[in-house]
Amino acid sequence: MFAFIIRRTIQAILVMLIISLIGFSIKHQFGDPVRDLLGVSVSEAEREALRKKLGLRDPFFTQYFRFLKNAVKGDLGFSFFYKKPALEVILKKTPATIELVFASSLIIILGSVPIGIFAAIRPQHWLTKVFMGLSLIGVSIPVFLTAIMLIYIFAVTLHWLPSYGRGDLLDLGFWQTGLLTLDGLSHLIMPATALSSIMLPLFIRLIRSEMMEVLQAEYIKFAWAKGLKRIRIWFVHAFKNTLLPVITVGGVQLGIMIAFTILTETVFQWPGLGFLFLEAVQRADTTLLVAYLIVVGAFFVITNTVVDIIYVFINPMVRITGKA
Amino acid sequence: MLLDVKNLEVTFALRSGPVQAIRNISFSLDRGERLGLVGESGAGKSVAGFSILNLISQPGFISGGEIFFEGKNLIKMSEKELNTIRGDRISMIFQDPMMTLNPVLTLGTQMTEIVRTHHKLSKKEARSLAIETLRQVHIPTPEKRIDQYPHELSGGMRQRVVIACALISKPALIIADEPTTALDVTIQAEIMDLLLELCESENMGLILITHDLSVVAQMTDRIAVMYAGKIVEIGKTQQVIRESQHPYTQGLLKALPQKRFIGKRLNQIDGSMPSLLSMPTGCSFHPRCPILDDRCRAERPSLQDCRLEGHQAACFKVEGK
Repeated sequence: MFAFIIRRTIQAILVMLIISLIGFSIKHQFGDPVRDLLGVSVSEAEREALRKKLGLRDPFFTQYFRFLKNAVKGDLGFSFFYKKPALEVILKKTPATIELVFASSLIIILGSVPIGIFAAIRPQHWLTKVFMGLSLIGVSIPVFLTAIMLIYIFAVTLHWLPSYGRGDLLDLGFWQTGLLTLDGLSHLIMPATALSSIMLPLFIRLIRSEMMEVLQAEYIKFAWAKGLKRIRIWFVHAFKNTLLPVITVGGVQLGIMIAFTILTETVFQWPGLGFLFLEAVQRADTTLLVAYLIVVGAFFVITNTVVDIIYVFINPMVRITGKA
Repeated sequence: MLLDVKNLEVTFALRSGPVQAIRNISFSLDRGERLGLVGESGAGKSVAGFSILNLISQPGFISGGEIFFEGKNLIKMSEKELNTIRGDRISMIFQDPMMTLNPVLTLGTQMTEIVRTHHKLSKKEARSLAIETLRQVHIPTPEKRIDQYPHELSGGMRQRVVIACALISKPALIIADEPTTALDVTIQAEIMDLLLELCESENMGLILITHDLSVVAQMTDRIAVMYAGKIVEIGKTQQVIRESQHPYTQGLLKALPQKRFIGKRLNQIDGSMPSLLSMPTGCSFHPRCPILDDRCRAERPSLQDCRLEGHQAACFKVEGK
């Protein structure tokens, strides 16, 4: 078990190295930091001198290792626009995105698990048919459209919910949270719903089809032959087996959801990473873009590693290979 | 009498219309008696076995008949009442031990949940009972095994655990659906011996569903031969094997490898079992029968008494009393 975690962690570090290499190559190829720093009225000789001084004439890998050394120390470069270290800018925006993703995940889990199970054990029920129909529609509508429709209905027409921003925040020192104030929560509802609008139906359908397959298995038939209660067969015997593929997909989807935040955050003016990323693209702030890439990449890798480790706890078969 | 199945009919509601998989079969079993249900695949023997506990998968259902177990009609029972019988008074053993045990639950969980569902037992009591039962099916170091998962055991070991699951609540009847078909030949005999030993020591009834006549000959008191959803011959094991009356049973017996014919081709019954969707007229076996006449094509034979008591065969050519 311990060996498995170590091995998985080494893999994660390798992936991070590759991400940083790609990120650095982008920075290396696009844009000219000297021009960004000096403007137009400086002579070519002075430019060349600054390039040498900044180490921009060194070989690619010398520069990459310098970048890596700084990155390990937490220095991902300087954002031209914010005039602050890129990491600091990103970390300041991270709580907003994490809270949004967290709220969406909560909606997805609390919605898809009961509905998916219900749809699997009562495939002929009229409610199942309604859920399945709705989920098909949900998967097909793009996130930005859902977001705009939500704003139109609940903010513009009904005036129930605020349409943009995070509302009142509570400062915990290291973290500004909107989860603890009523105003913050009301600002969170629509963006979180919009963000979950693709994944929720997807997971309902995934859980349903996995569970229906498991319910056909011999060991479920054997469980019926044991005279067990239905609840036990559904939740202990069938659902635990359903979870295995769902968790695997879930880990990857969590990462994809962070990518989706770019759309959602833009529509709702949510001051998080996605919004920051779009601004950075418009301003050609390459340092910030690369820092974003690395932070989101790290987030991706960490969630996937954690998911793999959770998976091992649920699936005894992986546990043994981990031991060996 | 432990079990009395009367005029059982099972129908599958297919899209193309209803199809009868079991056509009016009757058999009974005394306490501690062992009955073999024999036939080719598709004869309906597994469906018959599963219908006793009403566990036929969709779209199949029991469309007629009665099943009396310890005096109570199982068909009239609600699902809840039936659940008190399942796994407690009647338990089942399935064909493939690789598929029968849940891969994510320990052996202990899968065994104790049976007794804890049916009886008021503490976790500790159930656990020691499970260990005891594992010892009964000759699993070495059961105290350790009980916390393991199915994939840590070999196929033969897993089938022993499945048998232990069937045994743990001391049922009056075990229905074993091809319990050794998925196992190695060397392990088959071990498992069968174990099953026989346990049935005798616990005085349990056994319905052994198999296509293997040689297994049934050693294991059972009586045999029922099934063909196309009907019982075509039933009687004491020795009677059916020594004085088989139905040409189908005779064909099955001839198909077994025999010492006398070493080096020769095995006999086979020509043709194959008719599809349930297109049953032949008259006797359903007549297209494959070596001794048929015009009556067999037109009329359907019912079970008739043979020379010895309790021996019946559904054939017009039976040598009666």
